[in-house]
Parts: sequence; structure tokens; C-alpha cells
Amino acid sequence: MKLTAFATAFLALLTSLPAEAGGVTHVAVAANFTEPAREIAALFKQKTGDQALLSFGASGAFFTQISHGAPFEVFLSADEARPEAAVAQGFAVAHSRFTYAVGKLVLWSRVVDVTDGEAALKAGKFAKLAIANPIAAPYGTAAVETMKALHLYDALKPKIVQGNSIAQAFQFVDTRNAEVGFVALAQLYGITAGTRWEVPSSLHTPIRQDAVLLKPGADSEASKAFLAFLKGPEARAIIERFGYALE
Amino acid sequence: MPSPPPEIWGPIKLTIELATITTLALLVVATPLAWWLARSRAAWKEAVATFVSLPMVLPPTVLGFYLLIALGPDGPGGALASLWGARTLAFTFTGLVIGSIISSMPFVVQPIRNAFAAVGDRPLEVAATLRASPRRAFWTVALPLASPGLLTGAVLGFAHTVGEFGVILMIGGNIPGRTRVMSTAIFDFVETMRWREANMLAGGMVAFAFAVILAMILIEKRFAKARG
Repeated sequence: MKLTAFATAFLALLTSLPAEAGGVTHVAVAANFTEPAREIAALFKQKTGDQALLSFGASGAFFTQISHGAPFEVFLSADEARPEAAVAQGFAVAHSRFTYAVGKLVLWSRVVDVTDGEAALKAGKFAKLAIANPIAAPYGTAAVETMKALHLYDALKPKIVQGNSIAQAFQFVDTRNAEVGFVALAQLYGITAGTRWEVPSSLHTPIRQDAVLLKPGADSEASKAFLAFLKGPEARAIIERFGYALE
Repeated sequence: MPSPPPEIWGPIKLTIELATITTLALLVVATPLAWWLARSRAAWKEAVATFVSLPMVLPPTVLGFYLLIALGPDGPGGALASLWGARTLAFTFTGLVIGSIISSMPFVVQPIRNAFAAVGDRPLEVAATLRASPRRAFWTVALPLASPGLLTGAVLGFAHTVGEFGVILMIGGNIPGRTRVMSTAIFDFVETMRWREANMLAGGMVAFAFAVILAMILIEKRFAKARG
């Protein structure tokens, strides 16, 4: 008797889950954009009833997956090269590409004072410097460019540890396994611990982060709506709040 | 065929070093543990056995996460590292050895324990009546009789360390020559679309895995035959 009641309640719960009427879009999100993407997706759902299911990772990894038929419908990359390549190679819808945010690179430490980042990098009073994988993650590329522009790359190279994505670079610094690291400003949103130095944008190629509609989402209303929402004022306010520049 | 570049050889060499050191360390640690698990009558020994087996079931991310904290400046690893003036054992070869020992432990303990259990009481009792001390009986009777189990454990431990990926990805930091092993190098090559290099390493791994499993089957067969 009790069991049947339980089973009925359980079934009712199960069937109530997909009751939302809206569509669903699968979005591949560059790791640095994790938090803003969560907020934007929540607001998107609230406003439209559509649901954006987010996956987070390194842009390079996503690109490899997308070029091998991953079922993502929208790609929020951390660079412009990969969305461009996705269009050129026929994995994305032509003319759907746009810059949704311009990223800011930050040197961050919970151990040494990096308020004057250039001096701290020159002094080199640390054993490990965390960056994202420079080949797979645009923030890693920008970090290497920055060190090269400061003529410090060769001196710092032996101290570099690579995270697979910018999220892992952040993790290495946050657990203090690495004393310093290059992370995305957006990752430090709401964090007061440690010291930071915003890398002058003149030291690296601008981190223009592009979004693109992928072929599997070409006919998906929810996917198109999500991209439109990303361009809109509400999403832009969130993006700006997390410390990105806008175009 | 052109000879493989250093970025192929480096990870291979490092992987062999890591697996060799891990296997030797595991034999030293796992053999007495397996002996105790096989012989002890303590009620809580199965709890210990369960604890040792956990890495078999847990995702590598769980191990990687706890290791990142344990090896870091706030954990025991950091305290150990401070002995030689370092802050953390993460991103070091030593750190990888520690991680590999933990994650490969069950694959070594289990076959050795089974082998000790299969020896049974009888040969040890006989040794005792011949006035062999328990220590001597262990070295001259139990250990030789259990040698197929030790061999199986060593091969499995070596192979599992070679195949370790998740833990190393999380605590390694991908440093060439120090923490970039074969499995993480393959991941890197695939992510950066260098198919040729990925293919060379991955193909090698397939051949290696095939050889290991075949060797295990043949060892098993040979000992089964010897036992008659």
C-alpha cells in the first residue's frame, strides 16, 4: 500500500520534470565564460521558457569535438579563430558569428604580491606559474604573448605549469599549488582573496570571444533565440558586470 | 618512416620511468599488506581491503581533486615538500608517483592477496614443524608459492600506471619531461589537432595493452599447467 503510494509519487515527479514547454539548446561554453553563461542561461529560461544546456571546457577541445560531429548547437568560444574556422570548414552557419565579449587577462596570486605584475614577473619570486594550455585555450595564448612582450618568457618558461583549460589554471592558483597564474578577470568575479594585476591589453592580441550557430542548431528556434538573447541588453549587462569589454 | 621527435620520445620515456618506479614501490607496500589481508583474522581487515580497493570504483577526478589538495601547501604533501624547500608536490614527478601508487594499489594488492590465500595454512604449518621461523617460512615458502600472483600484480600495476590519465591530468600541470606522460600527451595532441603524433602514441598504447593482456593470459596458462 505504502509502496504503491511511493511509486505513484515518484512517477508523478518523473513526469513533471519535462513538463516545461520550451525548447532546448545545447551550448558549448569556453571555460572562462562559465559563470556569466550560467546567469545568462538562467535569465534566458526565465524570459523565454527555453532551456540552454551548458557544457564547459577549453575552446580547442570543443572545436575538435565539434569537427567530429559533437551535437552542440551553439559555440561560445574564447577566441575568434575557432568560430571562424568552424564556419569556413562547414560546421557552423555562415554569417551567424559575432563577438559577444572581449576578455581581460589577469595575473593573480594568493601567495605573493602581484599588484605590480610586471615587477613581480621580473622578480620571479615563485616556483610555479599557472597558465591555460596555450595551444588549446586562447587565454593561455594571451598569457604567453604577454610574457614574450615583456621579454620574460624564456626566463619564466621553466616555471610554467599548464592547466587543460583556464578553469584548471584558476584551480592551480586557488589551491595555491601554483603561487601565481594568468587567469580570466571574469573568474575573479566576487573573489577578494590575493592580489591581482590586470594585464594591459597592449601586451597581447585582444581576446575577442566569438559565438557561432553550429550546423546541428541551424533549424533550432531555441538556439537562435539564445544567440539573439546573448546580443541583447540584459545579457550584455551581465557580461559587462563580470569584467568583459563589449564591442 | 622518420624517427619520432622528442615530444614523442619524452612522454614515452617518462611513462616507463613512472610505471617502473610505481610498480617497485607498490610491490614493497602491497606485498606485506596483501599478506596481512590474507592471513589476519581481524574483523576490520575487510574494511581495510575495501579502502584499498576504492580507487577501482572512484572516478579519477575524485582522486585527482583530493590529491591536488593533499599534495598542496595546505596538505601533507606540502609539508613533505617543505623538507627540501618546495611548496607543493603537485606538478612534480614525485607527486605523480604518489598518485599512481594510490590509484594502482588495488590492482596489485588483489592478485597477491589471492595468491597468498591460495597457499593456505598447510605449507606454512609444515615449514613450522621443520623449525622454520615465521619470517623464514614467509620468505622461503609463502613468497615463492605466491610468485605467480606477484608477477600478475606487478604486470597489472605497471599497465594500470601506464594507462593512468585522469589523476595525472588533474595534478600534473602538463610539464614536458616531468609530468607530461603518454596518456596526457595524447590528449594534448588530440586537442590541438596533431593527429599524426596522437596516432603514433595511441597506436603504441594499443600494441602495449595487447601485449600485456596476452602476456597475462600466457602466464596464467603456464602456471595452471605447472600446477597440473
